[in-house]
Amino acid sequence: MLKGIIGKKVGMTQVFDESGNAFPVTVIEAGPCPIVQIKTESQDGYQAVQLGFGTRKQNKVNRPENGHIQKANVSPPRALREIRVDNADQLSVGSMIDSGIFSVGDYVDVTGTSKGLGFTGVVKRHGFSGGKKSHGGEQDLRRPGSIGASSYPSRVFKGKRMPGRHGGRRVTVQNLEVIQADAERSLLLVKGSVPGPANGLLLINKAVKAGD
Amino acid sequence: MNLVESVESEYMNEGFPEFAPGDMVRVNTKIREGEKERIQAYEGTVIRRSNGGLSETFTVRRVAFGEGSERTFPLHSPNIESIEVLRYGAVRRAKLYYLRDRTGNSARVRERRRTATEK
Repeated sequence: MLKGIIGKKVGMTQVFDESGNAFPVTVIEAGPCPIVQIKTESQDGYQAVQLGFGTRKQNKVNRPENGHIQKANVSPPRALREIRVDNADQLSVGSMIDSGIFSVGDYVDVTGTSKGLGFTGVVKRHGFSGGKKSHGGEQDLRRPGSIGASSYPSRVFKGKRMPGRHGGRRVTVQNLEVIQADAERSLLLVKGSVPGPANGLLLINKAVKAGD
Repeated sequence: MNLVESVESEYMNEGFPEFAPGDMVRVNTKIREGEKERIQAYEGTVIRRSNGGLSETFTVRRVAFGEGSERTFPLHSPNIESIEVLRYGAVRRAKLYYLRDRTGNSARVRERRRTATEK
């Protein structure tokens, strides 16, 4: 069976367990995702299904893409993503995948694009500790310190951690517990946080490294 | 109603009476001691309510044997069995932190006389 779906981050809140402990959860709107294309061993060299998610205005769809979704007879999706499967022949193009593929207690990996933080210093970007705030160190609060020795090697080593663009990358968070899955509301509730802003596109897969 | 609100509404405690800062309340909480479960009451003046939705909390202050103590409860925690309003207070602000600096008579909150329609 298929064990992945596309979704979007809605927001975070907290819920209680039976003993009254509160813990953080992320609300994800997952699916419903139509199967747009099936990739097979014989035709494509690997097995996968292509899922659509969300909606887009018809006039925002270009012609090659329109032809592609017409073949599956689905309405224009916001995004298309592929999910690897083992048994592609048991699935059919046009059928719908919803959040009911997961059940409470499952573990999932969630992939998204992290929030872009722009040009960031070393304290935020690499967790450097910065300088001292007192004892005469006030001028080096958030600076990186020495970036290497002098006459030997007379250069800065490659990969030296420095300021630069931070965030906005593809990030996967592994082993999040499913707290609730409701196909009717396209709802998926997972324990903990997921990458990216609200409304960000997410890929939710069954955990590669099984839970616990 | 968005999806977050619809999730939160499933976990909310309902049926508590309305209460506001300044009111005197008794909060009955469930305490688990090993296998046994019993009810413990905490009585005092509500000095604040904060946040909204499922994460709303309120703080109750009481002065016992000359020593002030405060407890903050999550309003929607399953460990809160019931809340009773013992007395309504007349106050003019939302957070009653000024009570912490006062003792004796000046630390009291005037009672609010309620009109017939309120009851």
